[in-house]
Order: sequence, then structure tokens, then C-alpha cells
Amino acid sequence: MTAAVRAKGAGKTNVDRFLTVLRVVMIGFIAISLVAFIAQQIAPENPFAEWRHGDEGATRLSWAQYRGLLVTGISQGAMYGLIALGYSMVYGVLGFINFAHGEVFMVSAFTGFIVSTKFDAAGWWEGAAFFPAIIITVALCVIVSTSTAVIMERVAYRRLRGSPRLIPLITSIGVSFFIQEAVRLVFGPGAKGYPSNPDWLEERLPWLGIEVKKLVVIIIAAIAMAGLWYFVERTKTGKAMRAVAEDKEIASLMGIDVDKTIVKTFAVGGAMAGVAGILWGILFRSVINTTGFLPGIKAFTAAVVGGVGNLGGAMAGGVSLGGAEALGPLMILEPWGIPGVSQLRDAVAFTVLILVLLVKPTGLFGERLSSEERA
Amino acid sequence: MKKTRPLIAVLAATALVAAACGGDDDDSTADEPPAAEEPADAEEPAADEPVADEPMEEGALGSVRVEPGDAIQIRSLESITGDTSFLGIPNQRATSLAIADYGQIKGFDVDLGTPLDDLCSADGGQAAAQTIVADEQVVGVIGTSCSGAATAAGPLIGEAGMVLFSASNTSPALTSDQQGNAGENYNVGYYRTAHNDLFQGAAMAEFVYNELGLTTAAAIHDGDPYTDGLATAFTNAFEELGGTVTGYTAVAKEDTDMVPVLTEIAAGSPEALFFPIFQPAGDFIADQAPGVPGLEDTVLLAADGLLVDGFLQLEQSEGMYFSGPDTRFGENTNQSTGVSADAVLEAYDAEYGEAPSAPFWGHAYDATSILLDAIDAASTMDGDTLVIDRQGVRDYINGVSGYSGIIGTINCDEFGDCGSQKVTVIEHLDSSDIEASKANVVFEYAP
Repeated sequence: MTAAVRAKGAGKTNVDRFLTVLRVVMIGFIAISLVAFIAQQIAPENPFAEWRHGDEGATRLSWAQYRGLLVTGISQGAMYGLIALGYSMVYGVLGFINFAHGEVFMVSAFTGFIVSTKFDAAGWWEGAAFFPAIIITVALCVIVSTSTAVIMERVAYRRLRGSPRLIPLITSIGVSFFIQEAVRLVFGPGAKGYPSNPDWLEERLPWLGIEVKKLVVIIIAAIAMAGLWYFVERTKTGKAMRAVAEDKEIASLMGIDVDKTIVKTFAVGGAMAGVAGILWGILFRSVINTTGFLPGIKAFTAAVVGGVGNLGGAMAGGVSLGGAEALGPLMILEPWGIPGVSQLRDAVAFTVLILVLLVKPTGLFGERLSSEERA
Repeated sequence: MKKTRPLIAVLAATALVAAACGGDDDDSTADEPPAAEEPADAEEPAADEPVADEPMEEGALGSVRVEPGDAIQIRSLESITGDTSFLGIPNQRATSLAIADYGQIKGFDVDLGTPLDDLCSADGGQAAAQTIVADEQVVGVIGTSCSGAATAAGPLIGEAGMVLFSASNTSPALTSDQQGNAGENYNVGYYRTAHNDLFQGAAMAEFVYNELGLTTAAAIHDGDPYTDGLATAFTNAFEELGGTVTGYTAVAKEDTDMVPVLTEIAAGSPEALFFPIFQPAGDFIADQAPGVPGLEDTVLLAADGLLVDGFLQLEQSEGMYFSGPDTRFGENTNQSTGVSADAVLEAYDAEYGEAPSAPFWGHAYDATSILLDAIDAASTMDGDTLVIDRQGVRDYINGVSGYSGIIGTINCDEFGDCGSQKVTVIEHLDSSDIEASKANVVFEYAP
């Protein structure tokens, strides 16, 4: 990162030159892939497609299939974004990556599983009763995930305040394992299935052809994001959070209770993960004690892609990452005739991260860190 | 069969002990209990030496000496935690039941030790195998549950002179291609009572092509040797029958959003989609496939990895077809213990309070009883000490033929395939009555 920044200034080092070459190669590769992809959609038997695919023929997708990929990418990305908000906020305030944040999300998904199963047994998970049931479920999920995040802060991180940043970071990895294993101990190792969604959630909108549940996920994520933006930018507590993120000592001199503000930051991040957890349950209808791990890592990636500490960036990073994951393998890798491209989805996601760090080290929308953290 | 093997084993053991003690081979006779006489013949310097430390002409794998009061050590290495514990736990329990039913061997108890976990992965298999081979008293291991674990555990356990006997590994790579060529992960000392997936793949291909009359199909695996091997066996057999394979790809085990991979598959418009993987990835494919444009009417098929209660209870699994071992054991009885399939199930229920969660419990029971037979056959008494010849154990299992087990007649080939190789396909109609679905056999296959 620093090398890339320095490259603009003083004389270029070999590392800078290497990074420049890497940027050009990666962007060139993506550009050629996209051109080849568009070409094979128009004419699947063009010379490039025949060279790469031989007799098997290039893949050609229908409009409905694109739409399916795009919608699934955005809805998955919206969840990454919601989780990423927690990473981003905690990083903004405390300057460390809370790796246990993915587990907060998982705990919410488990809460959703328990509550929805109970409602389903009582016959409330369908028909008109579904609406009060889902509102109660979302509320409980948010309460449990918020409490988890707050307890985590109180028990594991508060007493480490002031210690080198690596220490809470390693602690967070420990907290993550602790929560995962505790859930496994209580609920067993197998995957737990949510009850079936009401039929209307599984249907597609007549004119758009989008599955209702995915649209619901995107809308709820957008509402949650808008609520958070309002909270951080327009309320007194939000202002206090921003002040603490900028400089804890000065904020404290201004009469802000830093500890309380940090707890609130954890709580808000936990609530966002809570919303993501129940949305996950509705979308995938399955949860296991390791559910939080990969989405957690992806959300962290999304936070970095969008710009750490930047809330809008975290959300946009999540959606970009989800979209890239869904479309990347088929649009970038498939034209080269690579077999089984979908299994390279995670590789695509992390390549996006590398690419963003290479081209714009501060993330797509720029970091928002205190002067102390920028140093 | 059972009577001739001990004789051969005694011969081998005699030669081994004699060689170890440095005595004249000519003095040993096969007709008499040889071991008991050996101490008298032994020359002094070698008398206290462990047998296995000496160079040997026969029984080159050495032997295990079980002192009076000690137990014969075997181990269970199954997937007993995590997503695939449904597969390993019944295997481990059936192994325990078989040991209890079998009773003592020449007055010695058999001890299964602490059950080990293969974690259904190569890493897990390797770590557990290292623990096992560190104990030189261990004669054999019943396991692994997953083929991936066996690829890593097999070499370690084989090199230690032990045997690895699996109830549910089905990857062709672990044994042979059934044409006389060893699989890439074959190790001497490896055996299994599970079927070879070449047969399961062929069964599913025949069912899809001939019974359902579909000519295009795609397959998805998750990178595990079991799923990859079975998906490959299916696509190869399907193409041989004249069908067209429109797609072959993989998912990651942790994936939840399957729309991208299903869209990749949908581009080929297959009439059938075979995904012989595990939960939870299988749940997501079954749930999301009908919603992907191009796959609305595609017939979904899976294999024994998903032929489990947890998956069958999901509504989205209704209408699917599943291949798996033929578990209609009926009146089959294990010849070593004399216990029938029904009796094993009853004992299982009485002991553990539930029915087995996967279909390989009978395979585990038979594998255990054959291993115990082999130990019996390959062991001799040296005074009060039991001496088990490791090579003798392998020789016995290599020669198993016409053995009556819970799963049917068992014959071991030269690459360790001992399964009955009977495969059935069931149609799953009702997620609220999974027992009826399990019994709803729509296709039978026997090589």
C-alpha cells in the first residue's frame, strides 16, 4: 500500500515497477476476458471461443440467467455489506479488526432458526400471521446479536484497551472460535434448517422475474443502511461516535463518554449483523455453527474494498463484491475455457480485493480514519 | 474357509517366531502348536527381544504381542463430528456392537480404544492416523468414513503394517478401476466393504439413460475424492451408454449461494443433474436449482452422501432420485457372530436409542467381524502371550471369499474391494414419510 502511494512521488523502486506491471496485467486480463465474453454471447463460434473451448463450445447465457446472477450477487452482497458495517465501524473507532464479528451474524441466524421453528410449529410462519411473526423474529435476532456484540466488547476487548492493536486482534480470533464451538456444543454439529418460507416469498415478480425473497433482502438491507446512515450522521450519539473515531482523547475532553460510545458502536454493528443473519436465514434457510466464518471474511474484504471506516463504502463494497463473485467466474474466467469456473468464486472475490488494493489502496470510496490510525 | 486360514496363519506365525528367535526353521512343524514350544528352543540372546525388531523372511511386517491381561487393540477412525458425523457415528457404533457380539479372541478381549475422528478430510485422516501408528500395539483400524480421509490415512497405516478397513469409502481411486489397475490412492493393507463407486456411477447412469430415458446430464462435485470419483464414474458411464454430458463442475463445501454454479450448468440445458455431494451444500443446490432459468424441469439426482434423514426431511428433496448401497438386508446373517441384520438393528436401537443415520452400519459390522476373524486366524499363543502376525492378518483378508455378512456375500479382490457391489436407486416422494421413500426402490443394479 505504502509502496503504491510512494510511487506517485519520488523515484520508482523495483517494487513499484513490479506493482505497475501487475496492475497492467490484471486489468488487461480482465479487459480481454470481458471482450471475449461479450463476443461469445454475440457469436459463440468466434475464433477466440473456438481456440479456448474447442469442440465443447462456449457458454452462452440467456437474459434470465444474467438477471438471476445479478440479483443473487446483489442480495448476497447486501448481506456482506450489512456485516461489513460492523467491521468498518469498530475499525474506525478502535482501530482493530474484530474477527469475531462474523460470529455475531451467525448467532443471529441461529436465533432466527429457533424463533422461526417455534412460530412454524404454532402455524404462524405462513399466511397473514407471517408478518407479526417475522417482525418479532427480526426484533429478537437483532436483540440477541446486539447483546452478543456488547458482551463481547465488555468481556474480551474493554480490558485490552490501550494495549497494542495486535492483542485485541488475536483475542478476537479466540472469541470467534469460542462462539463457534459454544454454538456447536449447544446445537450440535449438523446444519439446522429454517422452515419453508411462505409461498409468496418464493415466487417471482411477474414483470421483473426477480424472486420476491431476494428483493425483500435487498430492500431491507437498504432500509437498514439508510437507518444507520441517519443514526451516525444526524443524531447526537452518531456525532459522538464520529468524534471518538477521530480522536478518543479530544472527544473525552469534550465531555463524551468514550467507553459508552464504544459500546454503542459495537451495539449498532451487532444490530446490522443481526439483520443480515435473519435475511440469510430467509434466503438460504440453513444455518450451521460455521455459517459466520466465510461471510465474515468476505464482509471484511468488502469493508476494505469500499474503504475502511467509510459506511457507504462498506455497503457499496459488499454489493460490488457480491456482484463480482456471482458474475466474475462466468464473465472473466469462463471465456478462457477454464473448467468448473464456479468453484473459483472465492478466488475471484479475493482477487477483487487485491486489485482494489493495487489500484486504489484506500478502497473504492476512500478510508475514513483518525489521524492517529492513518499514521 | 475359516478352517484353512488359521492353518496358513499358524504356519506364517511359526516361521516368523522361529526366524525371530534365530532357531532352525527345520525344527518347527506346522502341525503342532508351535509358539508354545518356541521359548524352550530359543537361544538365549534373542529370547527377550521383541519379535518385530528382528529381520524376518516371512511375516515381514512384524507381529504384535499381547501380554496376558492386556487386550487386542484395534481402532475406529470415523467422521464423528461436523456435517458428516451422520455417516461416521453409525459406523463407529456398529463396530462396537460387532466387537461385543464377537466376544474374545483366544481368551483376549478386543479394545477399540478412544474413537478417533477423521473429520471427513485428508488433514483429519492424516492427523488421526499419526496418533494410531504411534501405538505399535494396534493391529487394525475400522475406518475411515470419507474417502478423502482415507487417501491421507491409508499410506501411514499401511506402512505401519496395520490394516485399514473401511465401511463407507467408495472412491474408485482407493482400490482399483475394476480392470486390474490399482487406483491412484491405493495402498497395500487397505480394504473396504463399501461398494466401489464405479458401480454406483454406472447404476445411476443406466437408470437415467435407460429407465428415465434422458439423454443429457450434468454433474456437480465438491472436490472431495468421493464426490469427484462418483461424479466422474457417472459421467463416464453415461457417455458410454450414448448420453451427452453437458456440464461437469464443482462447488466449495462452504458455498451457500449456488445460483452462479447452477447458471453455469443451466447453460448446457441438461435434462438430469447428478450432485453426489453432502449436506449442507446439497440442501442449497436442491433448494435453488428449480429457481434457476433453464433448470426448472431438470431431474435432480443424488447419491448415498445425501441419502440421509436430515436431507430427506427437507421439502426441496422431494421428487429426487438417490443411488446408494442396497440396504435390503432381509434375513442376512453375519457368519462370524451369527447375528442377523434385524438383530443388529434392534441392538443398535436398544443401545443408542435411535436408528442408524446412514446406510453403512451393516458394512461396518461386517468389516469388523472380518478383521477379528483375521486376527484370530493370524494369531498364535506364545506361552500366555498372544502373538498376532501382521502379514497374516492381511493374508487372511486378501483370501476372504464367499463370506456371509450382513450386507450379503463378501469376496475381497486383490485391491481390497470386498463389497457386495449391489446398488439401488430410490425415488423420494414424501419428505414427511422418509422410511417409505427409502423403501421405494425403483431400480436395482448388480454387476
